[in-house]
Amino acid sequence: MTTVTERRRTSSPISSAAPPRRPHRPVDSRTFNIVALIVLIVFAVIWLIPSLFALKTSLTDNGVAATGATAILKNWNLTLYSYSTLLGQSDIWNWYTASAITSVITAVLTVLFASMAAFALSRLRFRGSNLVLLLIILGIMIPTQVLIVPIFQLLNWMNLLNTYWSVIFPQVPAVIAVFIFKQFFDGIPRELEEAARIDGASQWRIYWSVIMPLSRPVIAAVTILTFVGVWNNLLLPLFVLSNPDLMTIPVGLATVQGSFGQRYADIQAGAILAALPLVILYLIFQRQIVEGVTGSGLKG
Amino acid sequence: MTTTTLIVPPRGRSRYAAHPRARRDTRSAWLFIAPFGVFYLAFLLGPTIYMFVMSFFNTSTVRTGLGSFAGFANYAEMLTRSDFWSSLWHTLQFTIYTTPPLVIIAFVFAVLTNRMRHAQWFYRLAFFLPFILPSATISLIWVFIFTPSTGLWALAQEALGMTPGSGVLSSPNTAMIGIAIATLWWTLGFNYVLYLAGLQEIPRDLYEAAAVDGATPWQQIWSITVPMLSRTTTLVLLLQIIASLKIFDQVYLMTGGGPGISTQVSLQLITGTAFTDNRVGAASAASVLLFIVIIVIAVVRQIADRAAARKEF
Repeated sequence: MTTVTERRRTSSPISSAAPPRRPHRPVDSRTFNIVALIVLIVFAVIWLIPSLFALKTSLTDNGVAATGATAILKNWNLTLYSYSTLLGQSDIWNWYTASAITSVITAVLTVLFASMAAFALSRLRFRGSNLVLLLIILGIMIPTQVLIVPIFQLLNWMNLLNTYWSVIFPQVPAVIAVFIFKQFFDGIPRELEEAARIDGASQWRIYWSVIMPLSRPVIAAVTILTFVGVWNNLLLPLFVLSNPDLMTIPVGLATVQGSFGQRYADIQAGAILAALPLVILYLIFQRQIVEGVTGSGLKG
Repeated sequence: MTTTTLIVPPRGRSRYAAHPRARRDTRSAWLFIAPFGVFYLAFLLGPTIYMFVMSFFNTSTVRTGLGSFAGFANYAEMLTRSDFWSSLWHTLQFTIYTTPPLVIIAFVFAVLTNRMRHAQWFYRLAFFLPFILPSATISLIWVFIFTPSTGLWALAQEALGMTPGSGVLSSPNTAMIGIAIATLWWTLGFNYVLYLAGLQEIPRDLYEAAAVDGATPWQQIWSITVPMLSRTTTLVLLLQIIASLKIFDQVYLMTGGGPGISTQVSLQLITGTAFTDNRVGAASAASVLLFIVIIVIAVVRQIADRAAARKEF
C-alpha cells in the first residue's frame, strides 16, 4: 500500500515536468484516444444503469412499478413511500442493528489480533516463526466457505448458534489481514523502534505507541474491508442465525422477495437500504478501500 | 499437529536461545500471536481437520458425536451421485462463463481508464461501486431486471429487435448465463482496480520511448502493457477462478438452484445435504472434494507461476 502512494507522489512531478506536447506522437494516437474515451463512457454508463434503474424503481409507486420497466422509466411522480414503509417497520432496524454490531466487533477484533500477529512476524526474531508463516500461507489457501458445515457443528457444540458471536468469531481469523499488516510493518524503518528500545520500552509499548500510530492508513483499509466483508456475508449468518430478530441485512433481504410478492418498489428500496451504509462508506473512504483491495490482491 | 511441542520454550544450544534478547523476543512473540492463533486454530485449521475426520463418519445433526465409522462410503456415495456431478459441473460452468470476461474486460477497461487524463474517478466509481454492494442487493436488482416480458432486459431485447423469451432465469438453458451476467456486473470492479494498480507500476518512459520510435497505441499495448502486466494477470486469474468455484450467494438468491436443479452448485449441494438432510458426514465428504478441486487449481497455478518466473531470469 505504501508503495502505491509513494509511487503516485513521485510520478506526479515527473509527468508535470514532461513537455505538454510530445514531438513525435504518431498520427493515429489521437483517434485512438477518442475511440477509447467513447468506449469507456458507453460502458461506464451501462455499468451505472442497473443501480440507477433500481433507484428509480424504489422511488416509483408500487402499482406503477408492477406494470413493467417501460412504466417505471416513463413515470416521474417520484415518491418516498417505499422507504417510509420499510423504515417504519422494526424488521429492517433489527437487521441494521445486527449487521452494525457484528461488522464493528469483527473489524475491531480482526484489526487488533491480526496487527499483533503481524508485529511478531515482522519485528521479533523467534523460534517457530517459519512455522507460523507457513500456517498463515496455508490459511490463505483454505476456502472458508467450504468450512461452513464443520463451523456450524463447532458453533452448535459451543452453544453459540443464534448469537452475534456465531457470526463474529468465524470471521476473525482473516489471514489476509495479517499479510497486509506484515507487508506494511516491514516497510517501517527499524531506527524508530530501536530508539524506543534503548529507552527501555516493552514490546507491547513499541507495538502500541510506535508501530500502530504509524499504521493509520493500513488500519483504515483493513477496518473498512473487514466491515464491508462482514456486512455483505450471506452464507454464514444464513445458517447460524435462525431467529428473525438477530438476522443481518443480507439474510433479512433474502426473505423479503418471497414475502413482498409484486411490491417491486418496496423490494428495490430494500435492496438500496441494504447497500446504503456501504455506499456512504465508499464515498468517504474511496482511497482506503481501493488501496486495501490492491494491497490484499498483490499479496495473494 | 506439532504446535504443542513448538510452544514449549526453546532449550539447549539453539541459535536463538543463545542470545538473551532473542529469548525474550520468543516469549513475547508467542504472546502477540496467541489471540489470532486461538481463532485461527478454532475457526480455520480446526474445522478443516474436523471436516476431513467427519467425512469418514456417518455424522448427523440429529445425533451428538461423530456417529458410526463409514470409511470411504460417503466419498463413494458422492462420486456415484448424479446430482453431485451435476452440481460440480454447474460450478465449473459458472467459472468458465465468468472468468474470461472478468479478466479480459477488466484489463481492457483498466488500460483505457489509465489513458484518460480527466475524470478517472468517474470510471472508478462506475465500475468499482457495484463490487461493494451486498449479494442480496445485486440479486434483487438483477432478478427484477430479468423479469419475464416486462423487465428492463426484455425492454432492451425489444429495442435491439430481438423477441424476449420466457425470461432468462426461468429457462434451464439460460439461467446460469443470467447469473453470470449479474456476477460480471457485480465483481468486475475488483479485477479492474487490481489492473489499475498494476498499470501504475509500468514506468512512463517506456511508453514515451516507444512513442518516439513511432509505435502505435496498439503496438504499445501489445508489446509493453500486456507483458508488463503478466504477473497481475496470473494473480487475477487465480483469485477469479477460486472465487468462482465458491459461488453460492447469487445462485441461492436468484434461482435457488432452479429451474429444477439446473443451476444447483457445489456449495448448495453441501449445505442442502448438511442442513436439510441432516447428513453432515456426507456433506463433509462433498466439501472435501470441492476443497481438493480448489487447492489443486491453486497449486497448479503456483507451479506454473514458478516455471514462468524461472524462464524470465
